[in-house]
Amino acid sequence: MENLTLTRSDLDAISPRLVLDKGTRPTGYKDVTEDVVSIIEVKTPASWWIAFVVSFLVMCMLFGMLTYQVVTGVGVWGNNSPVGWAWDITNFVFWIGIGHAGTLISAILFLFRQKWRTSINRAAEAMTLFAVACAGIYPVFHVGRVWRAYWLFPIPNTDIVMWQNFRSPLLWDVFAISTYGTVSALFWYVGLIPDLATVRDRATGIRAKIYGFLSLGWRGSAVHWNNYEMAYMLLAGLSTPLVLSVHTIVSFDFAVSVLPGWHTTIFPPYFVAGAVFSGFAMVMTLLVVFRKWFHLEHLITIKHLENMNKIMLVTGTVVGYAYGTEFFIAWYSGNPYELFTFKNRAFGPYWWAYWSMISCNVLSPQFFWSKTLRTNIPFMFVISIFINIGMWFERFVIIVTSLHRDFLPSSWGYFRPTFVDILTFVGTFGLFMTLFLLFVRFVPMIAISEIKGVISGDKHRNLPQHVESELSAKRDEIMKVVV
Amino acid sequence: MALLEVQGLKQMFDPNAPKQLWGVVAEFEDEEALLKAGRSMHHEHGYTKLDALTPFPVHGIEAAIGIPRSILGYIVICIGLTGTMSAILLQWWTGAVDYPLVIAGKPLFAFEFAMPIIFELSVLFSAFACVFGMLGLNGLPKLYHPTMHFTKFGRSTDDGFLLVVERHDPKFSAIETRQLLMNLGASSAEIVED
Repeated sequence: MENLTLTRSDLDAISPRLVLDKGTRPTGYKDVTEDVVSIIEVKTPASWWIAFVVSFLVMCMLFGMLTYQVVTGVGVWGNNSPVGWAWDITNFVFWIGIGHAGTLISAILFLFRQKWRTSINRAAEAMTLFAVACAGIYPVFHVGRVWRAYWLFPIPNTDIVMWQNFRSPLLWDVFAISTYGTVSALFWYVGLIPDLATVRDRATGIRAKIYGFLSLGWRGSAVHWNNYEMAYMLLAGLSTPLVLSVHTIVSFDFAVSVLPGWHTTIFPPYFVAGAVFSGFAMVMTLLVVFRKWFHLEHLITIKHLENMNKIMLVTGTVVGYAYGTEFFIAWYSGNPYELFTFKNRAFGPYWWAYWSMISCNVLSPQFFWSKTLRTNIPFMFVISIFINIGMWFERFVIIVTSLHRDFLPSSWGYFRPTFVDILTFVGTFGLFMTLFLLFVRFVPMIAISEIKGVISGDKHRNLPQHVESELSAKRDEIMKVVV
Repeated sequence: MALLEVQGLKQMFDPNAPKQLWGVVAEFEDEEALLKAGRSMHHEHGYTKLDALTPFPVHGIEAAIGIPRSILGYIVICIGLTGTMSAILLQWWTGAVDYPLVIAGKPLFAFEFAMPIIFELSVLFSAFACVFGMLGLNGLPKLYHPTMHFTKFGRSTDDGFLLVVERHDPKFSAIETRQLLMNLGASSAEIVED
């Protein structure tokens, strides 16, 4: 055993356990506190203000467009007959899907004891919350009379004197999304409490009071941690089936209908895989920028990025397989309408959307089979953006191409977005970025207490001494960053 | 879930209110030293009113200082099943009793279509029970606590590991307990007043 030399692939197998890059900067308990909390203590950098003002203006455009839509009517969107659902539902599914990576990282990877998640879970969960906020806008405004949006919920009222239709997947969706948003917010806040206490204990004056209030008087008592860890584990256990259920129920909106192209049983797993795929792409896009911006390369290491790329490769391939299966079943079922829908998807008037989807979602993640490419930061950044685009097109393809040519050729149509459609969608990115920038400015963007737990566990990981020394000797090779 | 202890309230309105002894807080440099001292205090010296303040959950501390397993799970399952029942009753009562309306020939109530909302409400209720149950069991929010008088209290959320002995402990004696903690390797120990 002592004479055993470790091969490159052995080191690679052990290295994901090395969550933090100890070679570049110290990662003691105090260093981690300092590195993470100082981000929100220093004077606001000019770059933050520039980013914030731009995002804020884009967000104002969103509210302008929504006001215009409410004042004028849903007709300002390009939706028509037969394409009654268009960009609104596309964008809704797009944003909800993005949220899924946050919950996957915080809950599922927690249950699988993937310690590397601790560096990225806080930012990913925040992304989930903001993505759900963006998603929620669309169904609420699509109802037309937003001031009646509470009709979506079974609230006793004197306006309609009747109840919601619980047999409809659209109502299941209301419950799924609102539960998902609420549980994600609770999970995020519970994770934040100890870190807010850390900020409180370093702050003075009004800041100490505000963070003190928000941290609920947390003092890290062992009795408290005991209940806290139980709560965290239970929340992770609850969120895991929840996140899978959310996109499953979103897919029911389509799968329960009788429209060719929608009426398929593959939708739930296919939607969930797609959601995780798009979510990881968005986490990647954000973290590549923010880790550099706030000098957190030693906490969010190349290993984290590589692991995320591997997940994208898997889920992207699952999505590609689902595209293939859909085509196969369209042919194998012998249903002429189904077959027509799929031929029309690939070669009909929306062929460009279909092939954008295929090239972005199926082809682009395949580059990550190569270790060199999946550890190349600029490359993965570009691919993550392609995936974001591709996953938007996927929803557009499913929704619009299935609707625009149904059973009767006399009722065929074509959908074109209006400027309101486009600017509203762009505006949601403004809302998303505004919230995310506020998050990095006021809240520790890395889960400090969880990282410290990993550092502590790392001390006792009990690898043989020669493995430890070999790991530290080959650190640069393992943690190789190609820039 | 008292927001402030009575003592704390008294002091808020009357800063000259007489203070009384609350306990002893000792500071350790790392989690192993804390675990060792905690184990010795509980198992060898028989202290029972012990607590530790740490920046992250130190594993093994529960056994070392005698903290029982959290009962949160039982609370969550009860509230979660309340959610399950609420969802069943809501869908059955609104659809089949209060306003029966045949839509697309579907039954007025059936478990098949009720399942998604049954699941979602069970999770929602459980999650609330989880968070508020945890806060309730911990007696939070509680913005004031006597241990906050410890000079280096801030280290417990940064890089320090504090061991706390309360006055109510039958073996407590301010001077001796403090000395014992110093002997067990504390880098500092203070008598804390409330």
